Amino acid sequence: MGVPLIEHDRYLLVPIQSRLTDTELSELRAALLRWVREQHPRGVMIDVTLLDVLDAYAVRTLSDVGHWARLGGAPTVVVGIRSEVAQAMDRFGLAFEEVATAPNWAEGLRVLAESA
Amino acid sequence: MKTTGGDDTLLPVSSDLDIIKVRQKGRDLAAWADFAILDQTLIATAISEIARNIVTYARRGTIVLKIEEESDRLGLVVIACDQGPGIPDVTQALREHYSTSHGLGMGLPGVRRVMDDFAIESTPGEGTRITMKKWRTKSADAQEQSP
Repeated sequence: MGVPLIEHDRYLLVPIQSRLTDTELSELRAALLRWVREQHPRGVMIDVTLLDVLDAYAVRTLSDVGHWARLGGAPTVVVGIRSEVAQAMDRFGLAFEEVATAPNWAEGLRVLAESA
Repeated sequence: MKTTGGDDTLLPVSSDLDIIKVRQKGRDLAAWADFAILDQTLIATAISEIARNIVTYARRGTIVLKIEEESDRLGLVVIACDQGPGIPDVTQALREHYSTSHGLGMGLPGVRRVMDDFAIESTPGEGTRITMKKWRTKSADAQEQSP
């Protein structure tokens, strides 16, 4: 899958490094939820700076992570959405559910700390 | 003035890796044709949705990408064809809030809203053909730097 899962101060940090296929997105979702179940992080932060497309499948999959991670006690924040990608999501009527968003890692960590 | 010479690009779509490849080709073509970054992103996202429909419902198909030039505007044209099961009720599939919740044609209403031209021909048992276009006015060419 090639997405590093980094633990920092009991947060799970997930910098996506390349475009992901639907299969890879599903694998990432499974890996994150397994981590939440086993490691009980205080929150999950997913960095999508390198993604130039967030389509219906990607938004739904990341929203799923937010839903199940929250049930496992960990809020999720997506950081680094490019402005043109955010605008495209809006035009397509796509929105994250049960996932907070923040511009960068510092803001993302602050959002996670506040939603704990 | 750029020419739009060159053959249409015919791309096979039969796997989720193809979805990424085809939308990247679409973005590259949009960038080459001087579409703004937001339009490049809208085009790539729209291609992603219709390519996924092909893989999900028809398993395989093709997408053609080309540039269409008119006197005052330039269009990026995407034609998606498959010989899958077809869409029994196109009107219903394009209805907001229907397709996303029912899986069929996921994202199609958004694609239609975002592209300037959008047409579906679908025959149950024979397949589906989607033609969609995004236009930009040529006045933007005037902003190009002269040598």
